[in-house]
Formats: sequence, structure tokens, C-alpha cells
Amino acid sequence: MALPLHATTDERIWHYLFLAICTLIFLFLIIPILIVIPLSFNVQPYFTFTPEMLSFDPKGYSTRWYTAFFNDTNWQKAVKNSLIIAIFSTIISTFLGTLAALGLSQKDFPFKTTIMGILISPMVVPLIISAAGMFFFYARINLLGTHLGVILAHAALSTPFVVITVTATLTGFDHSLTRAASSLGSSPTNTFFKITVPLITPGVISGALFAFITSFDEVIVVLFVGSVHQRTIPWAMFSGIREEISPTILAVATLLICFSIILLFLVELLRRRNERLRGLSPN
Amino acid sequence: MSQSSSTLKTADGSLQMADGSSLKANLERSLRRRKRNALLLVAPLFLFILITFLVPIFDMLIRSVDNKITAEILPTTIPLLANWDAKSGKLPDESVFKAFINDAQIANKAKIINRLGKRLNYEKSGTSSLFRKTGRKLKKLDPEKLTSTYKDALIKIDKKWANIAIWQLIQRESGRYTNSHFLSAVDTENSPDGIKWKDEDSQIYLNLFKRTLWLSFLITFLTVLLGYPIAYLLASLKTKTSNLLMILVLLPFWTSLLVRTSAWIALLQKEGVINDVLVTIGLISEDGRLAMIHNQTGTIIAMTHILLPFMILPLFSVMKTINPSYVRAARSMGATSFTAFRRVYFPNTVAGIGAGGILVFILSIGYYITPALVGGTQGTLISNFIAYHISESLNWGLAAALGTLLLLLVLALYILYDKVVGIDNMKLG
Repeated sequence: MALPLHATTDERIWHYLFLAICTLIFLFLIIPILIVIPLSFNVQPYFTFTPEMLSFDPKGYSTRWYTAFFNDTNWQKAVKNSLIIAIFSTIISTFLGTLAALGLSQKDFPFKTTIMGILISPMVVPLIISAAGMFFFYARINLLGTHLGVILAHAALSTPFVVITVTATLTGFDHSLTRAASSLGSSPTNTFFKITVPLITPGVISGALFAFITSFDEVIVVLFVGSVHQRTIPWAMFSGIREEISPTILAVATLLICFSIILLFLVELLRRRNERLRGLSPN
Repeated sequence: MSQSSSTLKTADGSLQMADGSSLKANLERSLRRRKRNALLLVAPLFLFILITFLVPIFDMLIRSVDNKITAEILPTTIPLLANWDAKSGKLPDESVFKAFINDAQIANKAKIINRLGKRLNYEKSGTSSLFRKTGRKLKKLDPEKLTSTYKDALIKIDKKWANIAIWQLIQRESGRYTNSHFLSAVDTENSPDGIKWKDEDSQIYLNLFKRTLWLSFLITFLTVLLGYPIAYLLASLKTKTSNLLMILVLLPFWTSLLVRTSAWIALLQKEGVINDVLVTIGLISEDGRLAMIHNQTGTIIAMTHILLPFMILPLFSVMKTINPSYVRAARSMGATSFTAFRRVYFPNTVAGIGAGGILVFILSIGYYITPALVGGTQGTLISNFIAYHISESLNWGLAAALGTLLLLLVLALYILYDKVVGIDNMKLG
């Protein structure tokens, strides 16, 4: 992106203008997320900076909203529900999604596009429609207001992410490796566990992380399919914002941001490992 | 597969396995087995999606036309009423009234008569209270001791039963299926003279669809406008720097939707950060604080921010594949940098704009959470009304009809996406 030496004045102006515009857009992307962090330490129950905070007076800051979060049984229950639902739905979707991706990546799979389209549809159909359909149908089979209902619903919504990531890993998969194993006398099962599994594991894990965050972040379907007993963190935040705005929400938001930073790095790490394993990247 | 190396040639020239069977047949069998195994691997997920997702969606589609309630609650009335000529201008005859009172008393005992009143109330307001009142009074009525005709007895309960319109309504809505939910979803209704527009002041859904499409279009346009420079910058920087800057795109992408929405509430509200800053630097007065939230502005700003990564990522992956020597070649032949960009670089990125654009558009026409929290009344979208009809007004038929229309819209866009990008090429991150 360096400016060539022979650039004209106009080009120079345009170049710096362009960088300035990009900086502004980056700020637009990141400021809303960063602003939450200092605001969550506000001693006052407001969603904005107090004069004390701006003058960096320690009296303007406190951790009372974090204390409130950790002492509130409702929030604790929400955390527990979120984790239970996300973990179980991730297990289901990762297992089923990986199997399907292995099948779909076979060379002459019949009706591949159609089947792929159907398997990915939960990701494309607007959540409100999925939620409405599941609400009507799960009511008929007595799954409304149960953990099982929400787990199945979330598993359905997150399988597309697993299918997509694992299929992407398998497109670059070097099939001569499995053939080499077979020609050396390895049984298909042995080949699968010794050759295929280690190579696709990074893809499977990043698919699982996508699935986890999909469930962990999902509100609409829980609102419709779940009852108070399935109240998750996003649900608690949603009703919190609607009913009484308390900076506890910002404290939760800050914790969630830390959580997503961890996830982001995990996925990035896996992506690099995957590229290295497949020899796509020089380092 | 491992035995295929030991093949023999037979007299007719076809290849044979060591055990004497034909190689061709063996290969075919092996391929068939592989295909079957592949199908077996996909089958569990297919069944799972079918039961937990596709059947529920199908259930919703059915519900948008389902109308069995009338025949369920008035089983003997409906066949009799079917023979009545609705255009005759006369009330149905005594037998219909007799059947109606019988059916109503049975339904009354099962405490389900009000359901029909509620269902028909969507077509004609006042019907719900009419059914409630009738149900209440029918409890005291003993058909054995009736002194007048059934017709007079019912009309004595409420004069509205002497109005032909209510009988026309019951007759019209007596079928197994109804189109009335779909008609309501596009601001029309059945009338004795066919389908007509609803009253001016109760026409809301077409405008809502228009608003949803318009806002989605605007948000898509804004994400292209903001996403293009960023994707261009990231694609032209060295990998190390671009990986670092990519975090600024990926962090919002991975951050919870609720976190981002509450952040925008903190920024945009009247007593929020942006207004505070503007007041402090004297751009606006204390009384002139801007209303940027609970209106369309709030929806547009927050949704553009939330969907921007979905535009940047596909654009970036397309731009990354453009060979920089194309632009250099154009420059070396005398094109200005602007011309080189417009004539060479930009046409190569149109596919990326298409991919990101359709993705953002699909996502935004179905958005619910953000408009519900920051949209106020003017910034709500079609999804918010579907949710309202499911959980508050309990008009599930209308909710299902609106959902079906939205689904058709998304399906059309999905097919378009498949044509432009290909579903198999969908990537994440």
C-alpha cells in the first residue's frame, strides 16, 4: 500500500484521504465495542461517562456492576443455562455436521448442491421464521419450555457452520495421503483415525467453535421455544435492555467481549495450524 | 482397491481380478459402495434437519392456510349452512339455527366456543364478544323447554344474529383451508363482493414490507460503501499488517449481537456518549440533543455496524485473488490511477459485492433483535410484527402468513446467491 515515488500531488492527497477514511471506518467498527468496557466500571447507574470518569477520578469508577452480576442468582442461572445449551447443541451439531461433511466431500456425491442447500438452509432462513416454525411444531410434540427442545433447535441452527468449515477443510484435503495409507495395507478404519482425523481436526474444532458461539449468542429461538427455566445470557440481556437498563448489562457485555476475544484467537490459531498442516502456507 | 494391482487379461481383452471376476464389475461395485457410504454419512444430519427444522417450517406454512377450527366447533351447522344461498338476502332457515345452538352448547361445555369467536374476530371485529355473550346466555337455555323458534331464541340473545353478514362470514370461513391470513398479510380482505382492500387506516403490512425492503437495501448499500475501502486496504497491505487490522473486523464479528446492540444504545441515546460529546464541544445545545435511537436512524446505524463484517469478509476474499499486475499493466499503458481502478480493478470485484450484498440483504430483511431494541415504532421490521402476532396478539395464522411471505422472499434471494456465488463456495472467516 506504499505510495510510489512518482506519485503526483493529487495521488498523494487521495492516498492520505483514503487512509483517513479507512481509519474512520475502523473506528466505527471498533469504538462501539471498546466503549462498553470503561462504561461498565461507572459508579453511577448511567450508560454514559460522568465528569468524574472523564477526569480519571478513581471515585468515578467501581466494580459494583460486576459484583451485582456475580451475586445475582438470575444471572448465574442464565450463565449455567447458556453453557448447558451451547455445549450439548455443539456436541450434536459437530458430530452430525462432521459426518455429513465427510460424506459430501466424496467426489461423485449425488444431488450434492441440493442436499448442501438443504443442510445449510437453517443458516439462511431468517431466525424469526425458524423460531416461529419451531414454536408451532415443538408445541405439538411437547418440547416447548424444555432444555431438550432448545438444545435440538440450536443444534439445527448451528450445523450449517460445522458443515461449511469441515467441507472447506476437506476441499484442500490431499486424497493421495489416504490412498498411500491404504496401499501400505492400512484398513479403512485405521486410515480414517490415523490420517483423516488428525488432518481435519482443526476444521472440526473451528466448526465447533462457530456452533458454540451460534448457540451462545442466539436469542430469538430461545425466546420462543424456551421458558423462564431456559433463560440464557442473551435472553437476560434482551429483557434487561427492554425493562430496566442497568449497567450490569455492560458488565456482562465486557465479560462477553473478553470471551469473544479468546474465541477469535482460538479460531485464528486453528486456521493457521490447518493451513500449515495442508502445506498452504510457507511458515 | 488394494487388489486392483493384480489384474489379468482374459481372452476377450477385458481386465480381470486375480479371483477371476471382472475388474469393471468390481470397480462399479466399489464405487457404488462408496456412494452408499457417503449417503449413509449424510443421512443422520439430513434426518435431523428434516425433523428439527424443515418439518417445523412446513408446519408454519400449513398453519398459514389452516382453518379447521370452524368445522371442529360447528360440525353439524357447517353442512347445513353450505346449502344456504348467501346472496339471497334472507337469513338461513330454522334447521341451521337449531344445529348452531346444538353445536354451540356442546362447544360451550368443552369451553372452546370462544376460540371460534376469536378466530372470526380477525375477519370482523365484534365477533369475539358476540360469541362470548352467546356462550354465556346459552348456558341457561334449555332447548327442550324452548317456547319460540331456535331462530328467535338466538336473535333474542343478540340482535347481531339477525344480521346476514355474520352468517356469510361463518359460511365463507367454514372450509378446511382459508386464504384470509394471506389476504390480511397484504392488507386485503374477503367481502361478499370478492377480495377488496382493507380500510385505509388498517393497511399496515404492505408498507411494512416496503419499509423492510427499503431499510435492508439502504443498509446493504451502506455496508458496501463502508466495507469496500476497508476490504481494498486489507487486500493490498502486506499479510502481516492486514492480519493485524483484520482483528478490528473479526472482533465485532465474534462479539455477541446483544453486546453490540447495547453498546449502540449507550452511544446513541439522548443522555448517551455521542450526544454528550456534541454538547460538550458546543455543536448542539443541551435542549437540542439528537434523537438517534428508537427510530429508523437507530436501526440503520446499529444494523450497518453489525452487518459490516459480512460485507468486508467476502469482498476481501475476492480482492485477494485479483492479480496486482492487472492494474500495473493498465497504469503502464497510460491509464490514470482512477481509470485503472474503474476499468480494471472494480469490474473484478463486482462478484464480491454481489456475494456480500446478497448475504447482508438476506440477513437484514429477517432481523429482529436489533430493530426491537433500538428501532422504536418507525424502525421496526416485518420480523417484529411476526413476533408480535405470535407472542402478544396470538394471531398465529397471520404470523404464519407473514412468515411464509418473508420466507419466499429469502428463498428467492438464496437462489440468486446460489447463482452468483454458489452455495458450496460459502466460506466463513
